[in-house]
Amino acid sequence: MGLPEEDTAEAGQATSRESRAQLRQMLVIGVVASVLGIALGLVIDWFPVQASGEAKPIDTMWDVLIIASVPVFVLTQTIVLYSVWKFRMKPGEELKDGPPIHGNTQLEVVWTAIPAILLVGLCTYAYIVLTGIEKADASPEQMNVRVVGEQFTWTFFYPGEGGELASPELYLPIDTQVTFAVQSKDVIHDFFVPAFREKVDAVPGITTNYDVNTRRVGDYPVVCAELCGLGHSTMRQTAHVVPRPQFDQWLADQRARAAEAAE
Amino acid sequence: MAAKLRGPGFYRAGLFTLGAVVFSAALIIAVRAAYGYDTFAGGSLFTVEAQNAILIVSLISAPLFFLAGIGAFDYWFYWASGRPTRPEDHSSHGAHSWRDYFRVNTDHKVIGIQYVVTSFFFMLVGGLLAMMVRAELAAPGQQFVDANAYNGLFSVHASLMIFLFIIPVFAGLANYVLPLMIGAPDMAFPRLNALSFWMLPLGGAMMTASFFAPGGSFATGWTAYAPLSTDVPIGQLFFTIGVQFAGASSIATALNFLVTIITMRAPGMSFWRMPLLVWANFSTSLLVVIATPFIAASQFFVLLDYALGFNFFTQERAGDVLMYQHVFWFYSHPAVYIMMLPGFGIISEVLSVKSRKPIFGYRMMAFSLLAIVLLGFTVWAHHMFVSGMQSWIRIPMMVTTAIIAVPTGIKIFSWLATLWRGVLHMDTPMLWALGFLTMFTLGGISGVVLAMIPVTIHVSDTYFIVAHIHYVLFGGSLFTIFAGVYYWFPKMTGRMFDERLGKAHFWLTFVFFNLTFAPMHVIGVQGMPRRVADYAEQFASWNLMISLSSFVLGLSTLIFVYNMVASWRSGPRAPANPWRALTLEWQVSSPPPIFNFDRVPTVVGGPYEYGVPGAQHGIFKPAEEARPKQPAGATAAGEREEER
Repeated sequence: MGLPEEDTAEAGQATSRESRAQLRQMLVIGVVASVLGIALGLVIDWFPVQASGEAKPIDTMWDVLIIASVPVFVLTQTIVLYSVWKFRMKPGEELKDGPPIHGNTQLEVVWTAIPAILLVGLCTYAYIVLTGIEKADASPEQMNVRVVGEQFTWTFFYPGEGGELASPELYLPIDTQVTFAVQSKDVIHDFFVPAFREKVDAVPGITTNYDVNTRRVGDYPVVCAELCGLGHSTMRQTAHVVPRPQFDQWLADQRARAAEAAE
Repeated sequence: MAAKLRGPGFYRAGLFTLGAVVFSAALIIAVRAAYGYDTFAGGSLFTVEAQNAILIVSLISAPLFFLAGIGAFDYWFYWASGRPTRPEDHSSHGAHSWRDYFRVNTDHKVIGIQYVVTSFFFMLVGGLLAMMVRAELAAPGQQFVDANAYNGLFSVHASLMIFLFIIPVFAGLANYVLPLMIGAPDMAFPRLNALSFWMLPLGGAMMTASFFAPGGSFATGWTAYAPLSTDVPIGQLFFTIGVQFAGASSIATALNFLVTIITMRAPGMSFWRMPLLVWANFSTSLLVVIATPFIAASQFFVLLDYALGFNFFTQERAGDVLMYQHVFWFYSHPAVYIMMLPGFGIISEVLSVKSRKPIFGYRMMAFSLLAIVLLGFTVWAHHMFVSGMQSWIRIPMMVTTAIIAVPTGIKIFSWLATLWRGVLHMDTPMLWALGFLTMFTLGGISGVVLAMIPVTIHVSDTYFIVAHIHYVLFGGSLFTIFAGVYYWFPKMTGRMFDERLGKAHFWLTFVFFNLTFAPMHVIGVQGMPRRVADYAEQFASWNLMISLSSFVLGLSTLIFVYNMVASWRSGPRAPANPWRALTLEWQVSSPPPIFNFDRVPTVVGGPYEYGVPGAQHGIFKPAEEARPKQPAGATAAGEREEER
């Protein structure tokens, strides 16, 4: 402010040279850290096994989010750490002030616009993934299961001639689009199968639903994901995904047993 | 004794509280008799229904009677009944001994300290509960509490931390420094201010006392979703009614802040010369005034449903279960900004002073606060992506949720630019501020991840959520609170804190905070649901590590407590302006004089003109003698040219 003009210009040039060198240094650190961060993020085995057709696009989206977020985090942290390293007060600077920079409109426009574009892009991608996983007829076969939650257990109802079959166990045939109609007898529960990547609340008085395309044989935990009282944490069951013949056999057995019990 | 019982204070408050219980019992006995219900049982004195009814009415009446007893309404009663009022009838302005902090006092500096100390007390209680939660979760199976007690532990933990710590501690810090910052002698409504404070410990005591309720404490989480909350033992009502008092306190304080900021600024303190902490509290107060009535409403629904069978949440009786969640989150999402914006203000103060540079993009910082206020009201249903609500509303809510990261990003980038080429004083408040920048960025990123519906469907109601909220509320809000408490400690107490202990506190907290909460992201994505007393074997090793880290994290708080107490008692005397800050609170003695300013200050420039030779923010001369006025941004353009 108080400096003669030519001094300011010279000082300005020197600082801008210095600034450019600093930015280059930071860029290198940032790129290396981002690559390492992304590699770490992708190496971690985040998810349970992919037991449904829905799991794959969701897991891919997760990886994309990691690739998008790590550089943002690295960018902010590089600036913080670099500032702490380069600009921390040195002995003798106790009464020194920094340069009175009040702002920079260009820079502010950039860091408003770029995150906005990035976020709109991510939302668009999320929308595409969402419509993808919620689209019907992705499997050759289709079946309905009614899921009823109560404190503190799940009961699964299979439709068929001669009425619904109630079962405390969830058996599903593979390569089938299963539509779950979820209901509750008392309070709110949440029907969550981590291996399917799907959940929905079981709300008393209304029916909620989601579709899952079974893609992998195996036993997967079913949990209640909405606090429902005392036994909330014990509301754990198993989803068995089995080959079609085995499923038909199981269903027939269950029907026979139910008929026996009825007599 | 009789005089003590007549005058305002704890004796009279105790007597009145007793009176409230008797009054409630009499009311219930009379009403039940009028309706012909059974009131008296053979064995125990009252039937269970009568007992519960008396308890509910007492929960509402006792705090009101207590407030009257302690003297929070005295002035108004005197005035209303036409008797002579004393201008300072509760106590003299200011505090002369520690006893004055236990009286109704109208001095904003006393109230500020009352707020901060009270809320830290409840923080310690809440923290203890958290450590008990972690002790139970250290291994699968039942360790030392049953499922009911466990559900109570985390519910009370969350409620205390949110309603009795983060929200009020910000109100307390602002209570102390905001009038000083704008050059006012006190808040606009000092008696309302005192009343707001005294409602707070009542709400906290009620929530804490719920452990002694028949059937145990409230155990439905801080969200208290109906119909679970209308279908549990009476302890639930300690939350339902306690929140009303904490909420009323919050609303009254917010109104007070709004009026104070709008009407009581010193000459020359235009809106564009206000420190960003003032802007932050202005924004927060707008949020509180608009949003907090909604949680009051949601809890009145529960109260009426529980106590009087209103069937708000019975589908067959034309009720609506999802309505509770909509009303609740219409408050509780803005509430996360109520718990964050004042922290943004603190960080702006600390970073600018400790980097010895003006805050970068002052006006954008203020505008982004207002943008967050506005957008904050448009995102609530992102808490309900899997609730079974109408599915079309998910997409707009996802977009608004993602977009709210833009103004937040502007703030983060502006803080980074404030650091750039400054002269960084790496002391305790600065460490907390930088720690905040790191942790809050992580919390913000997991927030954006959570906005993405396909991912949220999988991770909602899992430990990923627990990790996210602790990164934004602990790594975010609490770090700013520590930054603020250390930063203003010299002003509030007139003593300096121990710098070495402050740094030890920071590093222990920073490291063990991450060891505690970062692994929760992993177990969450792997599918461990939250709010569970027990979990599958596969999560055992992570949980053990989390629990062990959390104990160290909890213990690190003791360093803070010791530092605060010991420094307050016998720390070195603080100078008026130990940080060489420009804002007005540092231009008066530490602690400030009774009415803040012996001469009315005149504001002549922006609050952050560090590095501008001869810059002044406020002067203690009449405006005419001051140098010509200069708006905050006026130098900006010139300086920018110089930079290029």
